[in-house]
Amino acid sequence: MFTPKRILQVAALVVMVSAASTAFAQSQDRYGFGTPVGLQDLTKYFAIPADGAGLPPGGGTAAEGAKVFADNCAACHGDKGQGNPVKGIGGDRLLGGRGTLASDAPIKTVESYWPYATTLFDYVKRAMPFSAPGSLSDNDVYAVVAYLLSEAKIIIPTDTMNATTLPKVMMPNRDGFVPDPRPELELYH
Amino acid sequence: MKFRDDGFVIYDEESQRMADEMVMAEARHMAQRRRDEDDCACKGGMFPREPASRRGFLFAAGSAAGLAGSTVALAQKAPPGAVYYNVPADPTKEQGRPVAGDGGYGSRSQFETEVRVRFPTPNEYTSWSFTPLDKMVGNLTASGLHFERHHAGIPTIDPANHVLLVHGMVETPKKFTMADLKRFPAVTRRHFIECSGNGLTEWNKPTLKTVQGTHGLLSTSEWTGVQFATIAREVGLKDDSTWVLAEGSDAAVMTRSIPMEKMLKDALLAYGQNGEAIRPEQGYPLRLLLPGYEGNTHIKWLRRLEVSDKPFMTREETSKYTDLMANGKARQFTMEMEAKSVITFPSGDMKLPGPGFYNITGLAWSGRGQVQSVDVSVDGGQTWHPAQLNDTREPICTVRFSYPWMWDGKPAILQSRCTDGTGYIQATLKQLIAIRGSHGPFGSIYHLNAIQSWAVDATGDVTNVHA
Repeated sequence: MFTPKRILQVAALVVMVSAASTAFAQSQDRYGFGTPVGLQDLTKYFAIPADGAGLPPGGGTAAEGAKVFADNCAACHGDKGQGNPVKGIGGDRLLGGRGTLASDAPIKTVESYWPYATTLFDYVKRAMPFSAPGSLSDNDVYAVVAYLLSEAKIIIPTDTMNATTLPKVMMPNRDGFVPDPRPELELYH
Repeated sequence: MKFRDDGFVIYDEESQRMADEMVMAEARHMAQRRRDEDDCACKGGMFPREPASRRGFLFAAGSAAGLAGSTVALAQKAPPGAVYYNVPADPTKEQGRPVAGDGGYGSRSQFETEVRVRFPTPNEYTSWSFTPLDKMVGNLTASGLHFERHHAGIPTIDPANHVLLVHGMVETPKKFTMADLKRFPAVTRRHFIECSGNGLTEWNKPTLKTVQGTHGLLSTSEWTGVQFATIAREVGLKDDSTWVLAEGSDAAVMTRSIPMEKMLKDALLAYGQNGEAIRPEQGYPLRLLLPGYEGNTHIKWLRRLEVSDKPFMTREETSKYTDLMANGKARQFTMEMEAKSVITFPSGDMKLPGPGFYNITGLAWSGRGQVQSVDVSVDGGQTWHPAQLNDTREPICTVRFSYPWMWDGKPAILQSRCTDGTGYIQATLKQLIAIRGSHGPFGSIYHLNAIQSWAVDATGDVTNVHA
C-alpha cells in the first residue's frame, strides 16, 4: 500500500542508495586488484633496448668469449658460427653474409642483418644456450657477444664489451630497416 | 593496372631447406592418412583422392578386434584425442556407455582422425604445426587443432604460481595473480590468429599439396579475457608511454614490442578459449591477443608487460619477423595480416567423384576489420561471382563462405577473393610479387595473402596450382 509516508520512505531509500553508488564510483577509480611491486620484485627481469638501458654490470672480451662459444654454442651454431642445420639441432648461421642483402642470394646473420648489438646480448642472456636457457653469467654473455662481434670484424679483438661500450657498437645493417609501408595502395580500387 | 611477371622470391638457405623438408613431411602425412582411411570403415568423408577400401576390419562390429584380448592394441588405435570403444552392430539394441563414464571430460569420436601436422624444422622444440583446414566445418577451430608455433617447446605452468607483472612507465607498478586478473570485468570475442609465415612455401611455385600445408597457420577461437585498457587504467600510464614489451614464460622468454595505440585499442589478456581455459599450446594460463596482428606478437604464457617510450628491438622484431625487400632494406613492424581467403573444399589432394553439384566452401578474413564480401571464380579469375557468407561477419574474425557449383566435368580452376571493410582487395600472387619486388627478386617469405588457385582436372583430381 503506497501511502504518502511509504512513498517518502522509498524515495529516501532510493536517494541513499544513489548517493552510496555515486560515492562508490567516485572512490573507485581503481579496482584495487593486484599488488604493488618495487624494484626488488623486478631484479630477475630484463629487456635491453638499443640505448642499453638495463644492461647489467660486468664485461667480457673476445678472448674470453672464444671459450664460452666453444663450450656452449659451437655444437649448434658450428665452430665458426656457420650454423648446423642437421636433425635435432638446427642452429642459425651467425657470421658472414655482409653485403649480400640486396643480392639474389641474401644471407641473414647477426653480422649481416642484425641492426643492434644490444639485441644479441638480450637474446643470448634470455634464451641461450638452447639446452640450458638463461644459464650463462652476465660476464659470459658479454664475452661471447664480444667474440661474435670480433669474429665479424665489427669490433677489434681487444675491445671489452660492457654496459657502456655495447650500445655504441655500430652494426653494419643499422640503417637497413624501414617502417611498414602497407597498405599497398595498388590493391585498392 | 598491369603487372610484369618477372619478379620472384629468394628463399635463403634455411627457408629453402625447410620448404623441401615440408614437402616430404606432407607426403608422409598424406600417406599415413590414406592408410588410416584404409583401415577405417567410417571414412568416406570429403572425397579423398583414393577412396577408402572399406575393408574396415579393425573397427567393424563383431570382428576379432572387438575381443578382450585385443583391447590394448585397440586403445592404441584410437586417434589422438579419442578413446576407443567397441562398436555395436545395432546401437538401438543395447545400452550405450554410462553417463560420466569418461571421468567428466569428453573426447572426440574415435572415427575422427584429423590432426595437426608439424613443419619438419630440424629441432622439434622450435617448430610449428598446421591446422587441418580441409577437414574443418563451421568457423571456429577446435582448440585441439589450433595451429602452433613454439620457439622453445610448450611449458607446463601452474596457474597458482603464475603472475603478470605490469611496470615501466606506469604510475603504480603491480603484479597480478590469475585470481586477480579474473576479478576484472572481462570480454569475450571471436578472432582469428594467423602466422605471418602462412603460405611461405608458395611464392615461386605451387609447393605443398593440401590446404593444411598452404594455409594451415590460421585458426579462429572465441577468446575471453581482460582488456589491456582496463589494466592500464589500474596501473596508470605515464606521459609519452608509446610502446609495451610483452614477455612470455617459456624457455625462449619470447618478447615483442607492441605500439601502445594497439594495446589500448583492442589488446586482450586472454585466459579463456572456446569456453574453457586456454590450452597449454596456446599459452596457458594467459596469453596476449592482438586482433589482426601477426601471430608471433600474441605472446603466450604472458608474464610481463613493460611500458616504454620506444620499441625494445628484440630478436624477433629485428632479425626474424622483418621483410627483406629487393633493395636490401627490410620492412619492420609489419604487424597487420591483410585480407585473405581460401577455398577449403574442394582443395588440394581431394577428388571429385564426377560431374554434378558441389558446394564450394572456404574461409575469408582480414586483420584490418570485417570481411566486406567474397567472390568465387571457377575459371581461374576470368569471371567472379558473389559468394554467400554463411556466418555473421565480425571484426577481425574469419567468416565461412560458400558458392553453389554445378561441375560440368571439364577442367576448372577454383579461386576465392576477399574484399575487406577498408576497400582492400585480396591480391593475385603476381600483383604481390610485383609490388614487393619492384619487379625484381626479394628476400621476404612472410605476409603472403594472395589468391589461392585449385585446379580440378577432367578426372576430378584437385591440385594446387598457380594460375
